[in-house]
Amino acid sequence: MNKLESNLKNLVLSLTSISFFMAALLGFVHSLTKKNIQEAELKKINNAISQVISNFNNNPFQEKIIINKDLEIYIGKKDKEITGYAVKTVSHNGFNGDIVLMVGFSPNLTINNITVIKQNETPGLGSKMSDPKFINQFVNKNPSTFILKPQKDGGDVEAITASTITTRAFCEAIKIAYDTLKNIKIKNYEN
Amino acid sequence: MDVLSIFIYAVLINNVVLSQFLGICPFLGVSQRLSTSIGMGAAVIFVMTLANFVTYFIYYFILTPLELHFMQTITFILVIASLVQIVEIIMKKVSPPLYRALGIYLPLITTNCAVLGTAILSILKSFNLFYSLIYAVSTAIGFTLALIIMAGIREQLELVGIPKKLQGFPITLILAGLISLAFMGFAGLIKL
Amino acid sequence: MKIKKEFTKGFIKENPLLILGLGMCPSLAVTTSAINGIGMGIATTFVLTMSNLLVSLLKNFIPNKVRIPSFIVIIATFVTVVDLLMKAFTPSLYEALGIFIPLIVVNCMVLGRAEAFAQKNNIILSFFDGLGMGLGFTLALFTIGSIREILGNGTFFNLQLLSSNAKTLLLFIMPPGAFITLGYLIFIINLIKEKF
Repeated sequence: MNKLESNLKNLVLSLTSISFFMAALLGFVHSLTKKNIQEAELKKINNAISQVISNFNNNPFQEKIIINKDLEIYIGKKDKEITGYAVKTVSHNGFNGDIVLMVGFSPNLTINNITVIKQNETPGLGSKMSDPKFINQFVNKNPSTFILKPQKDGGDVEAITASTITTRAFCEAIKIAYDTLKNIKIKNYEN
Repeated sequence: MDVLSIFIYAVLINNVVLSQFLGICPFLGVSQRLSTSIGMGAAVIFVMTLANFVTYFIYYFILTPLELHFMQTITFILVIASLVQIVEIIMKKVSPPLYRALGIYLPLITTNCAVLGTAILSILKSFNLFYSLIYAVSTAIGFTLALIIMAGIREQLELVGIPKKLQGFPITLILAGLISLAFMGFAGLIKL
Repeated sequence: MKIKKEFTKGFIKENPLLILGLGMCPSLAVTTSAINGIGMGIATTFVLTMSNLLVSLLKNFIPNKVRIPSFIVIIATFVTVVDLLMKAFTPSLYEALGIFIPLIVVNCMVLGRAEAFAQKNNIILSFFDGLGMGLGFTLALFTIGSIREILGNGTFFNLQLLSSNAKTLLLFIMPPGAFITLGYLIFIINLIKEKF
């Protein structure tokens, strides 16, 4: 039961072979789980899409427009006619990091519903953005007339209690989604 | 986010120890004496900045082109372990008294979750090299600040009679909770 | 029965978190609910058990001078395995635990047991040491998570205990609450540990 002697040859040999085998094990597990990881990601997005737009019979994920890594538009169609847009949008100005939303718009860009994909705000305060009580004030509002800012900043949004920064970021994410969608629609119309 | 915002955010609003819970082991272990706290803080500033520097290149120039993101944990921690070894060797030559004062705590920087955590967070926040280094320095300064405050109070506590069962971890943790509570007051400091 | 002794010591007498003071970072960060506490505990137990096993298996093959880097490579591998498995099969728990899954690699408990036990004992004992310590850790995390969830959120395993309008002690979900909960818990353990 003697340990290997600590000479240079043994040091290099043992560390290299351990690293090699561990890397191989890791590569194996990685290839096993790759498909499941991708499916879990897809499921999450599709779930969010169906929460914010309904009345479609296509696969909105396959008819998507990728603006950048933060912004993606998924188009819902019923029998080839556009019935809604689901936009994945991000604000980097949350109190504690990114706030990722899926915002559903009707064809005339009225907000249909909003679901929170990811947030890291203060529990009990900013995290209340997911409450129906907060989200309901956005439903059926059109950002062309409904100003997406907290009332404190001159807008129409009733802020979450003691969470102005979170509210601002939340509104910013929706505004980015709306502005992007509007520009795309104008571009397509002009074509 | 500009340099000042990142600095204030990392040091006060989202302090690595008091808000993010990274680096608790050395925070509780080294903070009995002000002198060791300052020494440990300086070592962490050095190691953390260097670690963020090296891991940035590893992630964007090796792991990403080869699509080996799942090797992130292994490569990052090996980089950190090596850096700590190097710092140890240098410190032994340059300042033996500090080396002896830090004792076992120097190799423990390897298992300081703050160093690995900050390296991973810099990647998650998509910082470029410049902001990654600013973030590292700021975070480490925040760590040192928390350490110094804790050491200052603990040195005073030794003059007071603490019940035996509360000595050590319990009173230090409760104290950390109060300091963390105080730091929450910095929340509105900058308009993000 | 040496196995029984090595296995059960981690539960209370040598509980890695509450007695030995190891693994505090995740204990404070992810214990915002009972489920998160258990999830983290099980992930850590997996890594600890597997790394103890492998270190014990290879203990005669690892020269003394490279033992720390070797342990780190072994531990980091199992941490990544757990990371990938959770990402694939338990995505919501994976998101809740976030950055603390890769941070298991620097959990002083895992490296500590490899150094203090696995490299000096046989495979069976090392396996049970790892399993026992891990379960003790999980038990402690579950306790802290439950306290913080009940007091701070009024729920337990996401089931409402109080009416949804009741005021809860929000502080317990936030950082100060974590410190204070753990501090008082260790204090209480100190009070009663003489009895064991």
